[in-house]
Amino acid sequence: MNEQTPRIHYLNVNYGVRSWLLTKDHKRIGLLYLAVISLMFVIGGVFALLVRLELLTPGPDLVTADNYNKLFTMHGIVMVFFFLIPSIPAVLGNFLLPIMIGARDLAFPRLNLLSWYVFMLGAAFTIYAMLTGGVDTGWTFYTPFSTTASNTNVIATALGIFINGFSSILTGLNFIVTVHKMRAPGMTWFRLPLFVWAHYATSLIMVLGTPVLAITIVLVALDRAFHFGFFDPAYGGDPVLFQHLFWFYSHPAVYIMILPAMGVISELIGCFSRKRIYGYTFIAGSSIAIALLGFLVWGHHMFISSQSIYASLIFSFLSFAVAIPSAVKVFNWTATLYKGSVSFRAPMLYALGFIGLFTIGGLTGLFLASIGVDVHVTDTYFVVAHFHYIMVGGAIMAYLGGLHYWWPKISGKLYPEAWARVAAVILFVGFNLTFFPQFVLGYIGMPRRYHVYPEEFQVLNVMSTAGASILGMGYLLPLLYLVWSLRYGSPATANPWGAFGLEWQTSSPPPPDNFDHAPRVEHEAYAYERLSLEEVKVGS
Amino acid sequence: MLKDLPLFPAQASTVAAEVDNLFFFLLGLTVFFSLLIALLLVVFAVRYRRRSEDERPAPIEGDLRLELGWTVIPFLITMVIFVWSAVVYARLTRAPDDALPVFVVGKQWMWHVQHLEGAREINEVHVPVGRAVRLTMTSEDVIHSFYVPDFRIKQDVLPGRYTTVWFEATRPGRYHLFCAEYCGTQHSGMIGWVIAMEPAEYEAWLAGGRGQSLVSAGEELFNQLGCVTCHSGESGSRGPNLAGVFGKTVQLASGEQVLADEGYLRESIVNPRARVVAGFEPVMPVFKGTVSEEQLMQLIAYIKALEVAAAPAAAEPQPAGSIR
Amino acid sequence: MEASRTAAHQHQFDSAAQQYEASALGMWVFLVTEIMFFGGILTAYVVYRSLYPESFAHVSNHLSLPLGAFNTVVLIGSSLTMALAVHAGQLGRRLQIVVFLALTMLLGSVFLGIKAYEYHHKFVEGLVPGPLFTYEGADRGPAQMFMCLYFGLTGIHALHMVIGVGVLAVILAMAWRGRFSAAYSTPVEMSGLYWHFVDVVWIFLFPLLYLLGRTT
Repeated sequence: MNEQTPRIHYLNVNYGVRSWLLTKDHKRIGLLYLAVISLMFVIGGVFALLVRLELLTPGPDLVTADNYNKLFTMHGIVMVFFFLIPSIPAVLGNFLLPIMIGARDLAFPRLNLLSWYVFMLGAAFTIYAMLTGGVDTGWTFYTPFSTTASNTNVIATALGIFINGFSSILTGLNFIVTVHKMRAPGMTWFRLPLFVWAHYATSLIMVLGTPVLAITIVLVALDRAFHFGFFDPAYGGDPVLFQHLFWFYSHPAVYIMILPAMGVISELIGCFSRKRIYGYTFIAGSSIAIALLGFLVWGHHMFISSQSIYASLIFSFLSFAVAIPSAVKVFNWTATLYKGSVSFRAPMLYALGFIGLFTIGGLTGLFLASIGVDVHVTDTYFVVAHFHYIMVGGAIMAYLGGLHYWWPKISGKLYPEAWARVAAVILFVGFNLTFFPQFVLGYIGMPRRYHVYPEEFQVLNVMSTAGASILGMGYLLPLLYLVWSLRYGSPATANPWGAFGLEWQTSSPPPPDNFDHAPRVEHEAYAYERLSLEEVKVGS
Repeated sequence: MLKDLPLFPAQASTVAAEVDNLFFFLLGLTVFFSLLIALLLVVFAVRYRRRSEDERPAPIEGDLRLELGWTVIPFLITMVIFVWSAVVYARLTRAPDDALPVFVVGKQWMWHVQHLEGAREINEVHVPVGRAVRLTMTSEDVIHSFYVPDFRIKQDVLPGRYTTVWFEATRPGRYHLFCAEYCGTQHSGMIGWVIAMEPAEYEAWLAGGRGQSLVSAGEELFNQLGCVTCHSGESGSRGPNLAGVFGKTVQLASGEQVLADEGYLRESIVNPRARVVAGFEPVMPVFKGTVSEEQLMQLIAYIKALEVAAAPAAAEPQPAGSIR
Repeated sequence: MEASRTAAHQHQFDSAAQQYEASALGMWVFLVTEIMFFGGILTAYVVYRSLYPESFAHVSNHLSLPLGAFNTVVLIGSSLTMALAVHAGQLGRRLQIVVFLALTMLLGSVFLGIKAYEYHHKFVEGLVPGPLFTYEGADRGPAQMFMCLYFGLTGIHALHMVIGVGVLAVILAMAWRGRFSAAYSTPVEMSGLYWHFVDVVWIFLFPLLYLLGRTT
């Protein structure tokens, strides 16, 4: 096996702006996404910081009410649509999916590049909308506020999200066709890495759900621009119909955000316990179950919206059902450590943190699925805490864990391990300090999206803001040392972790066509206990 | 400051304890499973930490019983939660029949409250302790939400329709009222108080309030707007007799039946041609834009109060089960 | 359809057959996304129709049944010419591909032209939703809702047709330049799938908008 950094690889095979902006290489496209979503994360993070600064005091000290409403709206829009949804699929998925199945590229490389340009166009529209006045509808832009009462750039923002949706759809389409048609000889479905299963399930949601958001945005735009009345009671329209259409996508969207993260965790836990993931079939099946069940629960966002009692009960029941596959995964990951060989490298710290925080976040979802309790906590900080535990404590931790884990493969360099561990711990502490108090705030009654609040809520808000500043500093660290490592990091070997998976059988960084010789797969994924590293080397 | 740190809301309504009990069960479950997972992770990670780079752990076979076990048992637990929460939900949504009606109109960015006896309030709702109160609510503009944390109740308030919520306060006091659905600039300013008073004080407060009762105001409107012309109650009149109509099932011209609740009455005033009663022409004028939401509530209060007059010989069929 | 093993294929594929299968699966997945897209607004239609059945039936009479029916025939005819173009592609008959694609584009344009005329007519009648809506019945709200759905559904459909005509123009240019042969006519076939889909959507829209509850 070639242990040296190869002379020619995908990063140096050609140089120049054109070779990047017109690339068809899925690995380069993954890096193009990495650049832009990192920028979007910073923008969304700045909005969050301003929100938390304002909330240090009960009164309106830092920004006006209108500006505050814009800040939380834009924080949500940027983070959901321009960071969380693309992050793992567009960066890690794009980079790794073809390599993991032994292919030279995705099925449609030019479509992949188009996805990125569409994403850029959507981001441009949205940023333009934000720079020229912003938008204040909340990221959920409920009607009739968004169609008739808001005085801000609703249509421009909606257009930006609409365009961005195509990026999601095209990526999902590409992944589905790739997994179906481009697997290397011997790579059967049940030999696929769980990362691939996770992205396949995610892609199902992307292609089925995103178009519904698209049409919903069109209807809102028609209402607002041309005074059509789809959601206007004055025309006999129903504002709650908007909520149904919106949540039909936006609930599955949260599974778009978490399923890829779960896929990353499966890879990390396996590698850093040096064991086959316990219950591989169940984890794969759970991913598909979550994708499908996830389409049936949207009404749990609408228990008090005047939805019928019977519909609410059905949605409540199904929401409990969709929690089970996630629980199954947590148990299987935990069982994987049993009698394993556990290493505490930074990616594993992120993975362990994920399991803990995701468990808490997921269990608090049960509170929300229980209608009797949901009536009290919906639209309060309890919900805010719940979804941040999953999205930040879960998805972002997994994203960072994956970024570290595959950094040697992507860049050919090792990141500084000590700093990475420090950052992981800082993030874990900062995160909990930020969001745990919000559970309490929610139950004692602080509604969400509040610019000013009664004095008795201040202490918990101060705690939360203190945590947020620690969290912010924690995020700064990887930004700095990962970039540093590009120049000063030690060169990485093909398989610095001793991990199994086709991506570790090729050089770091990989050659332009991913493999020097087309791989042929003869055994299951993660055969850590059965085979040695040499035995698993793929033939041609 | 820490001494006053609130960690739990007051239990000030009849359902608060029920909601809290379910909450504590869920909390216990959460703490148990979170600690369990955290403990297992820590114990396994430490006990089976990697001792040398070459070590290769022994193979572990999957166990179907284990997989089924930790699928089925959590499912059963969630089913217990589901049923329990459905029971709590049923309590939250079924107002007692003798609940005191109060009418609320939400608008950017305040709550207008009307009591039957005529008292009007802005951003405050006075209620008696120990008596069920049922709010009928609508919005004049965008979606709002009526939230009283200490009562554990919340209900979205929508334009173009009525929603209801009920509660029974158990202790006197001032309880936060928040708007809980983002509604624009002053969303966080659309707050107030629900003030629960001992029954005697409440009566005194009511008596001290000036203002026409809702029923009386409704009657005035009924005459002023000319409703009485067609809905005179005489046979052969152009509009159906409204006496005793509230709460009854009405036969429509389309063949369907509809329950004549507040929502239907409201719709019949603002959009009369939508669901016309069988045997009548669709000639009622449209009053949308002519009457405000508060006036609509007054009209409806009046119609609800109209008693059935002495029945003529060829009476309408009596409701099933009534004694005649 | 079995492609020749010697046919060229893009570098990420191992064979022309794999490339063809991937293209076909890709197009079908795309059409599924389109079903979901139209499904959203069709859901709105179903909801509002069930709320206001009489108003919808009544206002739909303002739509021109002859024009709608004629358009339906035109569109089905264009699917026929499209199918013939695909068939010609599979046989590698360059001139036939070009002719049938041109006919399809022509019929599609006729459809769009008639649609534009219908829209203009609605504008003249004061039935365009919004500030220009002059309908004076008592069910003004639901009537406007029907027209919102009419313009929404047929407008989005028309947009898809415009895109379809554009795509066919590109395929026609490729055919003219001899890019297709019996071994390779995948783009013709894939655009045929798209075109048929847009036709099928109209087959739903026509009865839902023009035929239900019609009394004249």
